[in-house]
Amino acid sequence: MELTLKLSGLEPLLVTKESTFVNIGERTNVTGSKAFLRMIKEGDYEAALSVARDQVEGGAQIIDVNMDEGMIDGKEAMVKFLNLIASEPDIARVPVMIDSSKWEIIEAGLKCIQGKGVVNSISLKEGEGIFISQAKIIKRYGAAVIVMAFDEIGQADSYERRIEICKRSYDILVDVVNFPREDIIFDPNIFPVATGMEEHNNNALDFFRATKWIRENLPGAHVSGGVSNVSFSFRGNNKVREAMHSAFLYHGIRYGMDMGIVNPTMLEVYSDIEPALLEHVEDVLLNKHSDATERLLEFAETVKGEVIKKEADLSWRRLPVQGRLSHALVKGIVDFINDDVEECRHLFTRPIEVIEGPLMDGMNTVGDLFGSGKMFLPQVVKSARVMKKAVAYLLPYIEDEKDGKSSSAGKILMATVKGDVHDIGKNIVGVVLGCNNYEVIDLGVMVPADKIIKAAIQENVDAIGLSGLITPSLDEMVYVAKEMERAGLSIPLLIGGATTSKVHTAVKIEEHYTKGQVIHVLDASRSVTVVDSLLSQKKEHFIRELKDEYSRLRAHHTKHRLAKELLDLDSARKNKLNLEFNESSISPPNFLGTKILKEMDLTEISKFIDWTPFFQTWELHGKFPSILRDEIVGLEATKLFEDAQQMLQTIISERWLEARASFGLFPANSVGDDIEIYNPENYSEVIGVQRTLRQQIKKAKDQANLALADFIAPKSTGITDYIGAFVVSTGFDIESRIAKFEAQHDDYNSILLKALADRLAEALAEYLHMEIRRKYWGYAEHEVFSNEELIKENYRGIRPAPGYPACPDHLEKIELFKLLNAEQTIGVSLTENLAMYPAASVSGWYFAHPQAKYFGLGKISTEQVKDICHRKEKNYDVLLKWYNVILQ
Amino acid sequence: MNKELEKALEQRILILDGAMGTMIQGYELSEQDFRVGHFDNHKKPLRGNNDLLSITRPEIIKEIHRAYLEAGADIVETNTFSGTWIAQADYDLQEAVYAINFESAKIAKEVTQEFKDRPRFVAGSIGPTNRTASISPDVNDPGYRAITFDELVQAYEEQINALMDGGVDLLLVETIFDTLNAKAALFAIDQVYETRGERLPIMVSGTITDQSGRTLTGQTTEAFLISLSHMPLFSIGLNCALGADLMRPYLQILNDKSPFAVSAHPNAGLPNEFGKYDQTPSLMAAQIKEFLDEGLINIIGGCCGTTPEHIKAIADLAKNYSPRKWN
Repeated sequence: MELTLKLSGLEPLLVTKESTFVNIGERTNVTGSKAFLRMIKEGDYEAALSVARDQVEGGAQIIDVNMDEGMIDGKEAMVKFLNLIASEPDIARVPVMIDSSKWEIIEAGLKCIQGKGVVNSISLKEGEGIFISQAKIIKRYGAAVIVMAFDEIGQADSYERRIEICKRSYDILVDVVNFPREDIIFDPNIFPVATGMEEHNNNALDFFRATKWIRENLPGAHVSGGVSNVSFSFRGNNKVREAMHSAFLYHGIRYGMDMGIVNPTMLEVYSDIEPALLEHVEDVLLNKHSDATERLLEFAETVKGEVIKKEADLSWRRLPVQGRLSHALVKGIVDFINDDVEECRHLFTRPIEVIEGPLMDGMNTVGDLFGSGKMFLPQVVKSARVMKKAVAYLLPYIEDEKDGKSSSAGKILMATVKGDVHDIGKNIVGVVLGCNNYEVIDLGVMVPADKIIKAAIQENVDAIGLSGLITPSLDEMVYVAKEMERAGLSIPLLIGGATTSKVHTAVKIEEHYTKGQVIHVLDASRSVTVVDSLLSQKKEHFIRELKDEYSRLRAHHTKHRLAKELLDLDSARKNKLNLEFNESSISPPNFLGTKILKEMDLTEISKFIDWTPFFQTWELHGKFPSILRDEIVGLEATKLFEDAQQMLQTIISERWLEARASFGLFPANSVGDDIEIYNPENYSEVIGVQRTLRQQIKKAKDQANLALADFIAPKSTGITDYIGAFVVSTGFDIESRIAKFEAQHDDYNSILLKALADRLAEALAEYLHMEIRRKYWGYAEHEVFSNEELIKENYRGIRPAPGYPACPDHLEKIELFKLLNAEQTIGVSLTENLAMYPAASVSGWYFAHPQAKYFGLGKISTEQVKDICHRKEKNYDVLLKWYNVILQ
Repeated sequence: MNKELEKALEQRILILDGAMGTMIQGYELSEQDFRVGHFDNHKKPLRGNNDLLSITRPEIIKEIHRAYLEAGADIVETNTFSGTWIAQADYDLQEAVYAINFESAKIAKEVTQEFKDRPRFVAGSIGPTNRTASISPDVNDPGYRAITFDELVQAYEEQINALMDGGVDLLLVETIFDTLNAKAALFAIDQVYETRGERLPIMVSGTITDQSGRTLTGQTTEAFLISLSHMPLFSIGLNCALGADLMRPYLQILNDKSPFAVSAHPNAGLPNEFGKYDQTPSLMAAQIKEFLDEGLINIIGGCCGTTPEHIKAIADLAKNYSPRKWN
């Protein structure tokens, strides 16, 4: 009978000879992930759970959980985390690997899992006695085990020692403990290669050979390992590291390695590794030459961040014209479209037939490829650009012919709601729908409800799509729904945008619109299926299922809403963070007062761009720069990145955008949860007050209930502290450019420009913050960080933005803008719902205390909302709507 | 291991008994019946604590066992479904745990010995307790647990020792809605066996709560099987919550994947609006016939709502079939 390793969470995981390599998630590990460690230390288990969830969603088949850190109670953290996982079916479906060097933590973990997990790890390090007793207990708990190639003498570092220790461990487990053979997983130690030390040259090869030996000689046993170790000496050169990991796995799997801890973002596709690099890497891994290491080191220097230029392939121009149209649409090539359309027009009796025939056929192909995940958003938007150009070319001929009215699949009205200026997502949805033969009527941004309803009736649309980014837009959407109800409409209402969610839609919007259906649309790629279903025969069935789903969500929400215990405000305040305020934590700024910077250097600013969110805008998910080499989206990401780089050059050289900043540094003290800001000329004059909100979630012991005010010295200490404020924008003059693109039917470049402006604004905020730290405030004069380190926020101090997790109160922007006089000085204004205009703007506060950190406020109670309204001397009923989203 | 039992399992489909609670209800007992001679002065009401009847009214329990054995049962379950201090804590009767299990085992054994035609066996029934190790009872605190693994192990050890002292032939961990509770039971069993130097066959039986095909704690049937396969089991199966018809798809999974014998003791259908089970013996047997036709089963019996008439109908049917082949 074949021996199969069978594991389980809520669902089974079988490791058979036929199964592919089992990928073990490594991010819920405090020793490997600083971010995860921080979450556990801060008791932010919600965030920790989302790390686990992301891993499972990202394809981890087992999750490794490790809580071995001196500063935390590892046993308590393990138990708590595993217990919480048990309540999360989307995480608990996979088996757990309990990872610890402490036996008591392992055993505590084993007592929490109902499924069959894996212990990581035991070894002969402390002798046979302990090894046997631990193995027996593990068996009694019903778990599989990872056995490290480690014995009383030390860690196995040669082929012979590896097989000697593994054989001895195996024999004891099988013969003495009667441990199931298939539940034994060996970790024969992956060590770095190319370290420059000769004795390390065989490290990878020894691992491979030992793996092969184990699989051939120890029936049932499996082999696992932590792959990233092997490339340790190439830290900083990800291109080489990714190639090494991939080549190591390729060979490891062939030698019989069947599971492992792998970071999927640090993995190149084996067949995509450049042949020369691959050859050098494999020479090292397989120790083919005595000087393989030197050669790889030399070669590694040349592959740091190189870009390969390609010549355009024009062979498709030889296709017949319909094939060329289809090719142009699928590939998004506009260069020849007018000529091709002109040629095609003569093949048909009526120009409309060109649209209904070859062009629609091409777009259907695009739609199918997108729907099946073979095309990605940037490509679709480019295809749409080709389509629009083709249609624009044909339009005069069609109009000449008069009766030529094309039939669309349906009419969709789109709008960004009143008070909000963000429209990238909305535009993308519009393009995608357009590609699928829907007629899109786009009312633009800041559209009031009455205008939406009037247009919907006038145009007799089939569906209305609302979009918004800032949290107050959620309430505005509720209002639109109510108004639609009042107007007696029954048109389906689609809800989308970054802060919207299925839960919010189900709980807050659906009940107000009973005559029609409200549907949350997660992203552009879902919009077509949703609209198709709504306008098809399946409509009733689709709506019934949707209603069921939403009512389940509501029920779940009501149940879950109680899930958090809030402290009363007084207790939360008593549990505030008490920092030390002294000379080492407070540095008087070099500069006090406000300053305006205009026409800032965009070349410099662009170096600070965090590209990862740029790709997210285009629904390409993955970390930059490894996304460029992603197995699935890498090619498209690279093309998009090249287009972005090109446009960025133009933006800079032709001064398409202007970067401006207004900032100020002021003396300040906290008074309760408020921060008083003083006139730098006269410290006793209060020129502004920031009212901060305090966390009320019940915290683990030793965890404070934070408010931003905690990072500023209390007035009662008599110590003068300081705070900074900033508003930056790179969105000036963008409209005229956008209008030009739109006139050319070029949504692709229009969206690209907006997305780049957004990125530049964030980059400017990052750049200015560095200038503040090094120059204006000057508490970190000598700080030097790479862009990656800046993105990871390794520096001292924070810049929380109103409307974001640490201070979700958008109203605080009013005070901030007043303090800096931002509208008059640099021309950034606030809409009625407190979105910043231009959209590509960032604002926030600077805190410089070494222990200042970002946090999420979480939910707060009515008591605190009443309190803050009172502090602001405003009426509770008037302000309540601003706090709805954070109110428990 | 019990050689006679092993042999019987290979030769035929073994018949497990039916409901205990349903039968006890038929006697319309009073509070006094639950106290007489032993708990007369106990402060809390005891009616409904059925396990106590093995001590206070052993003749009734024996009569029920006898009725099932006459109907054709090969294995009867001890009257110990709530025989842990965790379950007895509701009645403040943690002290009675040993007596409940010992007496229940003893009387069941006495009745089986009255039957000489073929060997009959006593399975010590180990219930799930009324607390779950994998779910928080407090929605406000999903990390909280009302019972720990260690407490469960300790409670089960006490029960198992008493059952073995009383002479049971095998152990039945049943109505498992939280696999972690069952893992604690198996952990306890393994420890007790090691200490006593004696290993009885172990049956485990899980509860698929509804047609989602999962246990209360969310495991699929196959995950449930994998999670409890680390001990050499006599059988694994399903009981309670569903009638025979609804249980069939999950038995097919066990039939397909299980390296152990497969058991089933379904309810007599689903409860009606009054909470009573009204599936007739012939109707239930007709549904079970489908399992038998498909060869899914090694051990079959009944859970809630079943009576000796049901067991007789099932036994009469099952003797025409050969047991499921495995391994």
